[in-house]
Amino acid sequence: MSKSADMDTVNVSRISKSFSSALVVDSISFDVRQGEILGLIGPNGAGKTTTIRMIMDIIKPDSGEICVLGERLSAITKKRIGYLPEERGLYRKLKVIDSLIYLASLKGIASHDARNRAEELLKRIDMLPHKNKKIEELSRGMGQFIQFLASIIHNPQLVILDEPFAGLDPVNTEILKEIILELRNEGKAIILSTHRMNEVEELCDRIFMMNRGQNVLYGELAEVKSKYRNNSILLELEGELPHLEGITGKHDYKDHIELFLDKETSPYEILKQLTKQEVRVSRFEVSSPSLNDIFLQLVEKE
Amino acid sequence: MKETLQVIKHEFIHMVKTKGFVIITLIFPLIALVILGGYQFIQRIDAQDTTTGIACVGYVDEAGGFDDISQTVEIALIPYQSPEEATKALIAGDIREYFVITPEYVSTGRIDRFTLARELEIPGSTRNEVRSFLLNNLLQAYISDEKLERAKSPAWFTSTRLDETGQISPEQGGVAGVFLLPYIFSFLFWLAILMCSFTLLEGLAEEKENRIMEILLSSISTRQLLLGKVIGLGIGGLLQILFWFLSGWFILGMVSTTVGGMFIGLEIPVRLIAFGAVYFILGYLIFGTLFAIIGALTPTFREGQQIAFFIVPAGGIPLVFAPFFANNPDHPVTYFLTFFPITTPVSSVIRIGVGNISFWELGLSITLLLISVAVLLFLGAKVFRTFLLMYGKKASLREIIRSLSQA
Repeated sequence: MSKSADMDTVNVSRISKSFSSALVVDSISFDVRQGEILGLIGPNGAGKTTTIRMIMDIIKPDSGEICVLGERLSAITKKRIGYLPEERGLYRKLKVIDSLIYLASLKGIASHDARNRAEELLKRIDMLPHKNKKIEELSRGMGQFIQFLASIIHNPQLVILDEPFAGLDPVNTEILKEIILELRNEGKAIILSTHRMNEVEELCDRIFMMNRGQNVLYGELAEVKSKYRNNSILLELEGELPHLEGITGKHDYKDHIELFLDKETSPYEILKQLTKQEVRVSRFEVSSPSLNDIFLQLVEKE
Repeated sequence: MKETLQVIKHEFIHMVKTKGFVIITLIFPLIALVILGGYQFIQRIDAQDTTTGIACVGYVDEAGGFDDISQTVEIALIPYQSPEEATKALIAGDIREYFVITPEYVSTGRIDRFTLARELEIPGSTRNEVRSFLLNNLLQAYISDEKLERAKSPAWFTSTRLDETGQISPEQGGVAGVFLLPYIFSFLFWLAILMCSFTLLEGLAEEKENRIMEILLSSISTRQLLLGKVIGLGIGGLLQILFWFLSGWFILGMVSTTVGGMFIGLEIPVRLIAFGAVYFILGYLIFGTLFAIIGALTPTFREGQQIAFFIVPAGGIPLVFAPFFANNPDHPVTYFLTFFPITTPVSSVIRIGVGNISFWELGLSITLLLISVAVLLFLGAKVFRTFLLMYGKKASLREIIRSLSQA
């Protein structure tokens, strides 16, 4: 085993899967390291959930290999993974605390420890008073949080979250983001799958972008962003925009304008020109494309 | 293994706590109590009638020669000269009823009876005593008292079952022993199997519809899940049967002194209990696995239930054949129902109860059941993996066959 594989929590190499002649995942490879969040992103139907199910050994790949925590997925390694599926639910008639304890017990946690840990987690999200409620009495968002807690109650080394923010309100989304970052800082490896690419930008260390079963982009988020920067600036100013050198185009938005620079001109040179002409600038920003924009650029190219 | 135990525990507690399970478990002993209690109550009312004093019954002898009332003890017979006189006494409340021995009685047997009461039939004690009174007066002049007594009740039957070797069979008993008990037992047996199997189907469908299946399968294997469910629910069903059995035994013990001796001398054969347990487990495994496969293949509980309802009557067919089994142990239909896996459990339990199943038949039927269970479990595990996560979609026959050949 190579040294890098040692560090990797997940190693996916050239896996493919087709369902009744439709190729859903087409020979993709990636890895996930400890203490990082990998964003598995792409539109609906890109093959994200199928990929995750193959990692979880719920579906077998037609070809390719998957290594999880240094070996092919076994009953023992399963216990060290936390998984929040996209399709999710709980026993409606079961109490919150009992649901958590049962799901933890399936991960090999003794019921006493599971109870303590469940109460600790419920306290963390201010839901301890609801612990004796039945699942059916909870709101949708609350139920979703309980499922998330169930996926991390056994302190897993690898956490796989498939569309974790779907159906959450902004407040709960923020709380969940906080917890996910905490998990990352604890050194866990996290796979975060979502079709809402912009939502996870601030969370991901690296991204693996998929479209129609294929990988279209893979790398450090910062690198990707700088690579796809389209050399434009966002500007808000008082009065008319004076003539500037090195501009190839302009796009007017409601409250700001976007200026596209030619290859020789840097944003700094534009700023110099603006100060020289004493223009009152209230916003000057080097534009950085959103993951959505990058995705659209990539797809248009194809 | 530890996880399978957790699933067993969870499923068992989940099942035992459901309202349906509690109601079904309690309702049969309750029904039995109500029926037998009611029977006892009616008997007591009947008994009260006779203990409040000997009923006075009048009669008018128009035929002549019926005047010896000395041997009548359970009712007091009072002779009257004419129907009018008797009617007066009846209205006055001196007598409860009166009858007229008509002039042509000896040739026709006609007795006219008059009463103020609304009644379904002549009270048993009156009828017997009047008959006995008539016989006495008709015959006592011609035959001895002993023969007269015999003429009144010419035969007391006592039956003894012999086995094939001519020895007295260990299993004696009346209608109840031969027929009623195996019937009730196999009916409840069948019900418990169905209850477990439907709970299994419902549970799987719930987990599928609730989407919790994928969370479960991320922790444990399909085999562990299936095994845990089948065993957990099976223990629940076995306990249910045991409860019915014990409560039945208790209730019968409580009332057998009053229920006309119908269940007296009734012993539940050890063979029925031992093999009953074996057939319950195997029968439940057959139906449980079948239902589990249906649960995996159908998108919702409702659809699963619809398909399951086609299989249910098939398994219960032997209940209809219970009397047939008792009389035709060697008939091809009996053999077929005993050895066809779906009908084996109920057929065999009935036939053990009736006492006409031989050891080779028991052995063969259990072997065939075991093979079927193994085959079904093998196929089930294959289908399971493919279809458990297929939500909201019905499996086509082609997909099923493909999953069988691939997985």
